[in-house]
Amino acid sequence: MSARAISLTVNGAARQVAVEGGARLSDVLRNALGLTGTKIGCDAGDCGACTVLVDGEPVCACLTAVGQVENSAIVTVEGLGACTRSGGRLQAAFHDEGAAQCGACTPGMLVSAAALLDAEPAPTESDIAEALGGVLCRCTGYRKIVSAVARAAHGAAPAPLTEGAVGARVARRDGRAKIEGRDAFGADAIPADALFVRAIRAPHHRARFEIGDMQAYLRAHPGLAGVLTAADIPGRNLHGVIPHFADQPVFATHETRFRGEAVAAVVGEREAVAALDLTEFPVRWTPLPAVLAPEEALADGAPQLHPNRPRNILVGGRVARGDVERGFIDSDAIVEGVFETGFVEHAYIEPEAGFARRAGRRMEVTACTQAPYMDRDDVAAILGLEPEQVRIVPTAVGGGFGSKLDLSVQPYIALAAWKFGRPAAMVYSRPESIATTTKRHPARIRSRIGATKDGRILAIDFAGDFNTGAYASWGPTVANRVPVHASGPYVVPHYRALTRAIHTHCAPAGAFRGFGVPQMAVAQEQLLDALADRLGLDPLELRLRNALDGATPTVTGQTLGDGVAFRECLEALRPAWRAARAQAESFNANARGPLRRGVGMAGMWYGCGNTSLSNPSTIRIGIKADGRIALHQGAVDIGQGSNTIIPQIAAEALGAPLSRIDLVSADTDLTPDCGKTSASRQTFVTGRAALQAARALRAGILRHANADDDAALRFVDGAVEIVEGDVRRTLALRDLPPDAFGYAVSAEETFDPPTTPLDADGQGDPYAVYGFGAHMAEVEVDIELGVVKVLRIVAVHDVGRAINPTLLEGQIEGGVAQGLGLALMEEFHPGRGENLHDYLIPTIGDLPPIECILVEQPASVGPFGAKGVGEQALIPTAPAIFNAIRHAAGVAVTRAPATPDRLRAALKTRG
Amino acid sequence: MALLHRPRALNEALAHLAEDGVRAIAGGTDIFPALVDRPSPRAFVDLSALPELRGVSCEAQHIRIGAATRWSEIARADLPPALRMLQQAAREIGARQIQNRATLGGNLCNASPAADGAPPLLALDSRVEIASTSGVRSMPLADFLLGNRRTARGPGEIMTAILVPRAFERAGSAFLKIGARRYLVISIVMVAALVEADDARRIRTARIAVGAASAVAQRLRALERKLVGAALDADFGALFEDGHFATLAPIDDVRATAAYRREAARACVARALAEAASRA
Repeated sequence: MSARAISLTVNGAARQVAVEGGARLSDVLRNALGLTGTKIGCDAGDCGACTVLVDGEPVCACLTAVGQVENSAIVTVEGLGACTRSGGRLQAAFHDEGAAQCGACTPGMLVSAAALLDAEPAPTESDIAEALGGVLCRCTGYRKIVSAVARAAHGAAPAPLTEGAVGARVARRDGRAKIEGRDAFGADAIPADALFVRAIRAPHHRARFEIGDMQAYLRAHPGLAGVLTAADIPGRNLHGVIPHFADQPVFATHETRFRGEAVAAVVGEREAVAALDLTEFPVRWTPLPAVLAPEEALADGAPQLHPNRPRNILVGGRVARGDVERGFIDSDAIVEGVFETGFVEHAYIEPEAGFARRAGRRMEVTACTQAPYMDRDDVAAILGLEPEQVRIVPTAVGGGFGSKLDLSVQPYIALAAWKFGRPAAMVYSRPESIATTTKRHPARIRSRIGATKDGRILAIDFAGDFNTGAYASWGPTVANRVPVHASGPYVVPHYRALTRAIHTHCAPAGAFRGFGVPQMAVAQEQLLDALADRLGLDPLELRLRNALDGATPTVTGQTLGDGVAFRECLEALRPAWRAARAQAESFNANARGPLRRGVGMAGMWYGCGNTSLSNPSTIRIGIKADGRIALHQGAVDIGQGSNTIIPQIAAEALGAPLSRIDLVSADTDLTPDCGKTSASRQTFVTGRAALQAARALRAGILRHANADDDAALRFVDGAVEIVEGDVRRTLALRDLPPDAFGYAVSAEETFDPPTTPLDADGQGDPYAVYGFGAHMAEVEVDIELGVVKVLRIVAVHDVGRAINPTLLEGQIEGGVAQGLGLALMEEFHPGRGENLHDYLIPTIGDLPPIECILVEQPASVGPFGAKGVGEQALIPTAPAIFNAIRHAAGVAVTRAPATPDRLRAALKTRG
Repeated sequence: MALLHRPRALNEALAHLAEDGVRAIAGGTDIFPALVDRPSPRAFVDLSALPELRGVSCEAQHIRIGAATRWSEIARADLPPALRMLQQAAREIGARQIQNRATLGGNLCNASPAADGAPPLLALDSRVEIASTSGVRSMPLADFLLGNRRTARGPGEIMTAILVPRAFERAGSAFLKIGARRYLVISIVMVAALVEADDARRIRTARIAVGAASAVAQRLRALERKLVGAALDADFGALFEDGHFATLAPIDDVRATAAYRREAARACVARALAEAASRA
């Protein structure tokens, strides 16, 4: 059937597309016209990433049939500069303000903002929020987007900074591609001849299944190349991010363990696969009894998920120090409580996507990921290949937050490309992404804190159970990280923290910004406020009294030395804290209606890098004959900024201008292993490797020139000038024979943070450095309706050294937004609400002003003293909000999120 | 991939709708989300290009709103105070991108219990006009909405207009919605209230409808009667009795518990009444 051509004006040009009129405009723009700047985040109008202008009005292209806009003028992000009055200024302002992080929401944001500014040249902040309220962002916390729009409205286009070393607010080096819609994400560079893959997934939490007559199915569905099942796997039908615990099949055999688990995949031409009704696939399901909560999974007679893990316990964690019973006997005040949190979905705007291509005996996988080398090893094992036979090419990543550490589309596209000999692509739908990828672990925490009457903590007894879902994923990491951190950044002489990761028939819980530590902080930091209340102490002063320093051992017995500025963080917060507390109390004293105000805070510490495990990064840097410097930087930039931060560190260490450095981005064939983008480790670990490599390159250049260490270098085209006192010499790079990597001079250095194993009591040095911080939240509670509005956040972070303050603030503001979501609205219920209108993340209207205070006390182990902040930024937000609710309304939040119904119920029991 | 018919005349649209496998589409904001991971229908018939389904006109007895009028057009329209609550609702439906596509008729025909358009239009005693190949009929909106995703629209019928009586058009009105976030949110509960004052600044007429607290948004007629004669600045909450809310039958879902909805509905009714009364 050939469709009648539909005429559109797209970005000012007349276009004709031969598609049916009922096709989504978003698909037509991307597939027929190649305008992949328009992103698809949900196909349901829930995220706004696909916003385009139709005759000047912003609409979701995914909800618009192309035939409905025939003869209309469509403007996409690619045409924003030329076809709107404000687009160019907005793009420059977004770039300069750091308003684009991963870039997946950026096109929708820019298009919506252009519609606003073209109609209203001087918008208020609330006009901006109204105009952008329909576009979700998961990275930025929206504040830099608001400032960028305000700046574009009120001034000329800024000139973003492209040069500058450590400490400079250099604009993101991959930013222009993001604001122009050119950055290619997982679904954006799929070859035209690719086959498409869709998975057949379990509709029950647990089921037995039998696959029926696939040959008949294939005969009945023209355009399909075939079906993949476990029988098609040449290697092992198993993967997992921690090799020792690998337990997740690519395709389940006989029985599925969570709703959404794949049992087969159909492969075929794009249109044929898209048109399938997958419920007609020949598979017969027999639902089996399932356990969804840890208490059910632990019960006698409960179904066992894995035969080698008795009682469904994946792993336990333990840290103990001192004599806990003694500590409580000596305490004047003891507070205790039970706290619960739910599954939290990462909800990045880019669903998982990518394509694979077979090249003889090699496999190339181009997909969004946080962990290229881990992907390489697992894909190789699944295909029965050597790791070197697999090449992983990460695309731009539209947000990760931990979930894109685990495999998603990779095994399916690799198997399809391997078997059928054509490129094979897969793009998760939003429901598929939510149902099947990892989640934040739900936690049930029971904790007790004892202290002297003058507020010195003597003892903590902490026990946490974490619902780890059907497969191990990062469950062991959560179980091990939490007990190390459950003291918080405080001196605790008598301590016991026990954790368990427990299997259930839920989607696997894995890594999510903080690895269990945010859940821990929800409990511990609320108990500290209860303790302050009990003792009649100010919550900030109580924390200050117990603040960890570099000379006192942590609960694992580690003495941190330098790089501990928690006390300084609290002191930096104190002025804002005192003023806000007093204001809230005076507001409440005069309150007549249902509104009450409150101010709360929470402290935080978080170890950078893997817990007591090697996690090296290797950086290669070389100077070419033409004088350009190539930085092989394998840390995947998922929006956090490593494509900018690592070059800044290298430039400073080498003494070269940033603009002379060209990035060779993550690709397992081109860049050495920089580990995973996770655990707040890239700035710290890869940054330190970059520092060492750049210094080694400098030393190499000096050696070639027989110059002293203190000589100055000047990088010019084709040469390096060496300046020693009044003597200036030129090292002509073309005269040097190419080295093993093809460079005139190059260096490769590895850094692995120094840690020691933990003993049976969890004693040892789990991390080389910790980040510290504290957040303060100011809230307004409608006590009649249980509705909370956050009015302001102040976030103080000890970052060691701010390599790029704009990107750092972006991390902090984004962490705050996710913390706010965890506190007030986010909870995934397995089997229900696998979309972004039932699963809610904060919108631009939910984020208050955020003040970032950066404390820079260098940690000697970090590059120029820097440490990570990615996860740190999220940890204290939720407990700070809960403590503010407590201050406003006198109730503790024992079950996160504090949705209106839960908070109202708590307020009623208070009476 | 679905075909799309784009008729310019109602009878053409009705003819297409009579064919097998053809679904009516206007804003698409409910249809496309329901097609994620599912195959498309054979064809759509697009109602958004039918001139008689578009726009707002003031007639002698009522204000006529074409069923394919978009929410953003309602938000911008110059309408009397009684319809202010409808305009407030218009700004709370999804977000700008949705309001620029979604239509009033679609909101009503989709018949979600949480349809933000239903409470204000019910409180306004609106009627809906429905066309079929055998002619045009109209009925009260209250009779049109039958249940969760169920309406009195028969196969082959198209809603053409919403008719809002002008009897109380100078009355004050207010719309209030509770959700777990600021934008793009499905209501936990919402209330539309209309208050008309007499010369003594007392309530002559009150109209209240509550949404998302039963399968279909409900008018609180017992409370409406009770409020007649109350001072405009009365403490409305103090006049409430449990029986006034007896028609509400909320459920537990991912957004809130039934108990919360029941309680929040009362609080919101009091607030919406106070806001409407302040404009009466």
